[in-house]
Amino acid sequence: MTINLTLRIWRQPGPDAPGAFRTYQSGPLSTDLSFLEMLDLLNERLSLAGEEPVAFDHDCGEGICGTCGAVVNGRPHGPVERTTLCQLHLRHFNDGDTLIIEPFRARAFRIEKDLVVDRSALERIIQAGGYVSVNTGSAPEANTIPVPQPTAEAAMSSAECIGCGACVAACPNGAAMLFTGAKVSQLALLPQGQPERTRRALDMLRAMDGLGFGNCGNERECEAACPKSISIRNIARLNREFLRASFFSEEE
Amino acid sequence: MQLDAKIPAGPLADKWPSYLRDSRLISPANRRQLTVIVVGSGLAGASAAATLAEQGYQVKNFCLQDSPRRGHSIAAQGGINGAKNYQNDGDSVFRLFQDTLKGGDFRAREANVYRLAELSGRIIDQAVAQGVPFARDYGGQLANRSFGGAQVSRTFYARGQTGQQLLLGAYGALLRQVKGGRVELYPRREMVELVVVEGQARGIITRNLLTGALERHAAQAVVLATGGYSNVYCLSTNAASSNASAIWRAHRQGAGFANPCFVQIHPTCIPVHGEHQAKLTLMSESLRNDGRVWVPLNPGDRRPPGEIPETERDYYLEHQYPAFGNLVPRDVASRSAKAQCDRGHGVGNTGRAVYLDFAEPLRRDGLATVRSKYGNLFEMYQRITGQNPLAEPMQIYPAVHYTMGGLWVDYQLMTTLPGLFALGEANFSDHGANRLGASGLMQGLADGYFILPATMGNYLAGVAAGATDPDAPEFAQAEANAAERTRRLLAIRGRRTSTDFHRELGHLLWDHCGLSRHRVGLEIARQRIPEIRAEFWQNLLVPGSGSDLNQALERAGRVADYLEFAELLVADALAREESCGCHLREEHQSGEHEPLRDDTNFAHVAVWEHRKDQAPLLHREALTFENVQPGRRDYR
Ligand SMILES: Cc1cc2nc3c(=O)[nH]c(=O)nc-3n(C[C@H](O)[C@H](O)[C@H](O)COP(=O)(O)OP(=O)(O)OC[C@H]3O[C@@H](n4cnc5c(N)ncnc54)[C@H](O)[C@@H]3O)c2cc1C
Ligand code: FES
Repeated sequence: MTINLTLRIWRQPGPDAPGAFRTYQSGPLSTDLSFLEMLDLLNERLSLAGEEPVAFDHDCGEGICGTCGAVVNGRPHGPVERTTLCQLHLRHFNDGDTLIIEPFRARAFRIEKDLVVDRSALERIIQAGGYVSVNTGSAPEANTIPVPQPTAEAAMSSAECIGCGACVAACPNGAAMLFTGAKVSQLALLPQGQPERTRRALDMLRAMDGLGFGNCGNERECEAACPKSISIRNIARLNREFLRASFFSEEE
Repeated sequence: MQLDAKIPAGPLADKWPSYLRDSRLISPANRRQLTVIVVGSGLAGASAAATLAEQGYQVKNFCLQDSPRRGHSIAAQGGINGAKNYQNDGDSVFRLFQDTLKGGDFRAREANVYRLAELSGRIIDQAVAQGVPFARDYGGQLANRSFGGAQVSRTFYARGQTGQQLLLGAYGALLRQVKGGRVELYPRREMVELVVVEGQARGIITRNLLTGALERHAAQAVVLATGGYSNVYCLSTNAASSNASAIWRAHRQGAGFANPCFVQIHPTCIPVHGEHQAKLTLMSESLRNDGRVWVPLNPGDRRPPGEIPETERDYYLEHQYPAFGNLVPRDVASRSAKAQCDRGHGVGNTGRAVYLDFAEPLRRDGLATVRSKYGNLFEMYQRITGQNPLAEPMQIYPAVHYTMGGLWVDYQLMTTLPGLFALGEANFSDHGANRLGASGLMQGLADGYFILPATMGNYLAGVAAGATDPDAPEFAQAEANAAERTRRLLAIRGRRTSTDFHRELGHLLWDHCGLSRHRVGLEIARQRIPEIRAEFWQNLLVPGSGSDLNQALERAGRVADYLEFAELLVADALAREESCGCHLREEHQSGEHEPLRDDTNFAHVAVWEHRKDQAPLLHREALTFENVQPGRRDYR
C-alpha cells in the first residue's frame, strides 16, 4: 500500500540560529517503510534538488541505542506506544495525514541542528554516580553473592532505560526524574550497589538539579512516552532513596 | 612487513601467565605522564579506556555518537559465553577453547583462543560486580542458556539485551574515570587520519561532527576499537554508524589487514522489503529451537502459506541435515536458504525469503508456552513487518552480520604498526573463519578489560615518555590530507548521492562475494568496483558544507573508503582457494555440496600490506595446531 503525507518539519541551521517549520509533500510512500526511511527518502530528494537535507540522529534502528528521537504530532517517538522512532512504521499513518515533526525540546537540551539535540546533560547525571565503583580485576567470583530472582528482574526492568530523553521531552517541566530514578533504582536494588547507595542518590540528584532539568509534577507523561515502559515506580523509589539518603547521609 | 605473532613459548595454559610474569611494568608516577588514545566506545573501547584510566594513564576516548553509551555493542541480544561450568555439565576452559577454535573452522591461533576462554569467567565476575542484572535462577544464582555450536550451557544473558547491559556496565566504569579526571570524552568525533611519527602511531586527526573542525590529538599509543565493517555490504544487521573507515585509514598508513573476506551471514533476519530499506533486523537465532523452516515444494507457488498443504511443503533442513535439522550452524542455514530461493522456491513479495513456522510448537506446547519463550521476538517482528507470526509463518532471510576479518594483531593486540593496537571486532580476532554465537561480546571485553591493559604497559615501558608534539609536520600533513579529502568530496557536485553508490556497491558484493563465492563472480566484482569508484569521484553529490553538522558528508567519506576496501575484500576471497567457515568457494565443495577446507595450502592468516600505486601484497601467518586436531565440520 502507498500513502501520501504532508510533513511539517522543524528546520534550524544551528544552535543559535532561529528555527521554523517547513512543509514538504512526501510523494507516494510504501507503508512498509519505517519513519526514518521516509526521512531518508525525503533527504535524497532534497539533496538532488540542491537543498540541505534534514539532520536527524539515529543509529541502531532496533530501539535499543537511544540515539533516535523526535516529537511527532506532539508525542515523543510518535503515536505508537512502546516504540522508538526508528521502529515506527508508516502503516500506522493514513493517506493524507499531516505530521508535525520537531526535536525533543527541554531546557536542559540544546538544539544542534534541525532534529538533532544535545542530551549530554543526561550523561552528567550518570557521571555524578550512576555506577558501582569497582576497578577491573578486583571483582569477587560472580556467584559469591546470590541475588533473589525477583530482585534481579526488578533491577533489569529499571536498567532497560535507553537514555533517549523522551521522558524529558514529554514532561511539561522538562524533568529527568524517570531517567535518574531508573539508574538509582537499578543500583539500589542490587547488593552490589549498596556501599555507595547513599552518596549515589544525593550526588545524582544534585547533578540533576544543577543541569537545568525541571521538577516532577506527577504528570506521568514520562511513563507514557517511554519506549521501554520504564515505570513511574522508579520515581517513587528515587524519592524514597533521596529521603533515606538525607536521613542517613554520612557526609552531610 | 614482518609478521611475528609473539606467542609466548611453553604449554598452552602457561602462555598468558608467563607473558604477564615477563612483561615490563611502568611505575604509577610515570603512567600519569602517558596519554593513550582509544577510538571507539563499544564494549572493547569503553572497557579498555576505563581500565587504562584505572591504571593511571591519561586516556582520550572518541566515538561517533552523541554519547559513548550508544556504541553498536548495545544492540547485541543473545548473550555472552563464560566457561564457569555453573551448570555442572562438563564445561571447562579447554572445552570453550575447543568449541571456539572448531567453530572458527581452524583458522584462528590456538594461543589467542585459549587465552580468551581463560579470561571468560573473569568478565562475568567483573560485570556482576558492576551491577549488570544478568538473569538468575530461583536460588539467586546466575542462569545460563545454550547457544549454537556448543553442547553445554555457558551463555549468560540479561533478557534479550545482554549487549546493552554489558555496555552500560562498561560505560559506568568509563564515566567514573571521567569524573576522576583520567578520561577525556570526545563524542561526535570521527577519526579521519592516523598520525605516524618515525614509524610509530602517535596520534589521530578527528573531525568534530558538529562544527566540522579538524582536531589534532597526540599520544604515546593509539587503540582502535572501532567495530566491524559489515556495512560495506550496505544492508546489514549493524548500526548505521558501523564503518570501515578507521581501520581502513590505519591500513593505508601501514597496518596489515587480515582475512578481510571472512564475513558472517546470519540466517534469521527479517527479509528486505524494498529498495529504500536502510538496515536489516536480526531475529534471534533461538527461534530455530522450535520454528521449522520450509518453502513450497513447487517453484513459483504464490499461494498464501496457509493454503499450501503439508504434502506440498519442503522442510528442507530437516531432510538434508537429519542430525541437526533446523539447528544447523549459521553458515549452513544461510546457504541453504539462498539455494532454495535461487531455485525459485522463495516466498514473500520479493521471492527472497523462506518460512519459519511455529504452527507445530503451537499445537504441541500451546500458545502460552510459545509466547513465553518468543513473545518479545514476535512483537518485534510484528512491529516491523505488520504480520503476526502466531497467525502465519515468519519470513526470514540471511543478512550480513559480523566480520571476523580486521586489522592483524599479534598476541599483544598490536598491529604491524608499532604503537597501534586493535581490539574487539576491529581486529582479525579469535574467531577464525566463523564466529560462534555469544563470543563477540566475550572477545571485546577480554580485549578491553584484561588483555590490552596488560600489554599496553609492556609496550609503553619501552617508549620515551616525552610529549608528542601535535605541531609536528606529520600532524600538519595528516590534517591537510583530511581537509583535502573533505574539499574534494564537496567539490564534485555531481548527480548521485553517496547512498546511491553505496547501494550499488552493496548489491555487487552481496551477489558476488556474499553467501557463496565463485571465481567468475569475484572477477566481475573485482573489475566493477574500480569503475564504481571512478564514477563516485566524478558524479558524487554532497549537499551542504564542511563547516557544520553534515551527515551526508560523513556518509560520503565512509562510502569512499568502502569503495577502496571492497576491492581488498574481493581480492582476499579470490586468493583463498578453499571453503572454510563462512567462506564458501563454489569450486571447492564435494559432490554433495559440502565445503572442502584445504589445510595443506590455506592453514594461514592472509595478511595484506597496502602499497602506494601498486596492488596490495599478501603475507601469510602460518597456523599450527598442537592441542586440537583440525577435524572436518560435518552436520549431516
Ligand atoms: C544485532 C546484533 C546482535 C548481536 N548479538 C550478539 C550476541 O548476542 N552475542 C555476542 O557475543 N555478539 C553479538 N553480536 C556481535 C557483537 O555485538 C559485536 O561484535 C561487538 O559488540 C563489537 O564491539 P566493539 O566494541 O568491537 O565495536 P562497536 O560496539 O561496534 O563499537 C565501535 C565504536 O567505535 C566508534 N567508531 C567507529 N568508527 C569510528 C571513527 N572513525 N571515529 C571515531 N569513532 C569511531 C563507534 O562510535 C563505536 O563507539 C551482535 C551483533 C549485532 C549486529
Ligand atoms: S536508532 Fe537506536 S533506538 Fe532508534
